[in-house]
Amino acid sequence: MSLALRYLPVLIFFAAWEAITFSGLVSTRLLPGLGEIGGAFAGLVASGEFFTSAARSLSRSGMGLGVAVVLGIVIGLFMATNRLFQLLINPIVRIFYPMPKSALIPLVMIWFGLGDSSKIFLIFLGCLLPVIVSSYNGARGVNHVMLWSAASLGASRAEILREVILPAALPDILAGCRTALAFSFILMVSSEFIIAKDGLGYLISTMGDGGNYPAMFAVILAVAGIGFAADRLYAAFAASSLRWKESS
Amino acid sequence: MTSEFGIKVEGVSHSYAGRQGAGTLALKETNLEIARNEFHALLGPSGCGKSTLLYLIGGFIPVQNGVIRTPAGEVHRPGPDRGIVFQNFALFPWKTVLENVIYGLKKQNRSKEECEERARHFIKMVQLGGFENHFPSQLSGGMQQRAAIARTLAVDPDILLMDEPFGALDAQTRRVMQEELRSIWRNSRKTVVFVTHDVHEAVFLADRISIMSARPGRIEHEIETGLGLDRDDSVIESKRFIELSEQIWRLVREQAISASRGEH
Repeated sequence: MSLALRYLPVLIFFAAWEAITFSGLVSTRLLPGLGEIGGAFAGLVASGEFFTSAARSLSRSGMGLGVAVVLGIVIGLFMATNRLFQLLINPIVRIFYPMPKSALIPLVMIWFGLGDSSKIFLIFLGCLLPVIVSSYNGARGVNHVMLWSAASLGASRAEILREVILPAALPDILAGCRTALAFSFILMVSSEFIIAKDGLGYLISTMGDGGNYPAMFAVILAVAGIGFAADRLYAAFAASSLRWKESS
Repeated sequence: MTSEFGIKVEGVSHSYAGRQGAGTLALKETNLEIARNEFHALLGPSGCGKSTLLYLIGGFIPVQNGVIRTPAGEVHRPGPDRGIVFQNFALFPWKTVLENVIYGLKKQNRSKEECEERARHFIKMVQLGGFENHFPSQLSGGMQQRAAIARTLAVDPDILLMDEPFGALDAQTRRVMQEELRSIWRNSRKTVVFVTHDVHEAVFLADRISIMSARPGRIEHEIETGLGLDRDDSVIESKRFIELSEQIWRLVREQAISASRGEH
């Protein structure tokens, strides 16, 4: 399917949006027209407000996500290969996984204050668990026949972990990181609503509070756009890392 | 055949842990001596513990009772002196054929050039020349097994353990692979332990066949095939081959029947 055809429903969605604002059924205060939103976005870009906010936000979510991915893979692989470690960590992971991390925002604010560290910690925490769980499941699913083959070819335990278990678990790990990527955006925006003096989430909430709805919508759509682009970029990266999975 | 020993299995029992602590006895006081450079087949009904015995020799599962010795010493863990070929899923799917074969070579003290040269040699030997840069998922089942055999042979193990390596292949491919394996063995002279439940495969390939009893497994009969060192496809039409296959089939059948009746 061509790209244009695949995203046709999105175009229809925006066309319907325009039609509704044009018809006057809904107040343009509640649902501004796309032209108005575009104008507000241009204003935010021109004032530099948008890019400074985006840079602040993306550096926070990038930090939190990056640390979570590295640590999550290490913890997940150790859980899969060390029984004692698994017995210690697994119950904690299982209990904290389904808990909404945004519920921790007030607590994290008390612990870390209003600076960057509170947001980064929250994003880190939210991203960590899906990476641990997917790495653990991926590593446990590795066929023992592959591990035994490596051992009989002269690989040590550490080499088997690094050279066999890690790449064999990679499809699961990459899927977990994709979930984590989405979580990082959710937590970035929601934590900036509550504890921030800058960033995209902060921008959305101040524009809303100030009654500048076109600008608020502009930032919301921009966040959605950045999230979508990040996900597509990530999917392309994952696919190129897993070229070996395609069969001819 | 020399009288040097290749593998000695002495009084080995093995039980698998059950859920409630009551284990399943898979092998019972098994003794087996395989001569150096002998092609030995382990034959028996499914669940007789023939794979368990092979994994114990490989050092993949710990010996609980008894001793297993090879010329390299007592077996405690896997090692490159004992190569193994499984039925499938053993190749590293993220590595190409060449990278798979090089993997074990890199663990030895060899230069980069030597690793690659040696890997290419073994890939050619198993007739996979031209497929060096293919991923396993791009190969047929038979080609994957050739690659797995090349990877194992490349590190030059004294002992070659084979766990129903042709069990997942179609009949024609299987026949070709059996002939090729026999001729590879003829040229490389290794001690081979070949697990199978296919009587014809065992008789065609092996110098000696151990027939195992139903669970708990032990070796019930040991039979010398005496079909000579050089065999090709024509041997299966010989009187000796047909009679031997019949005789062994009857022995295996007895074990299979008692297994299905839950005797022992």
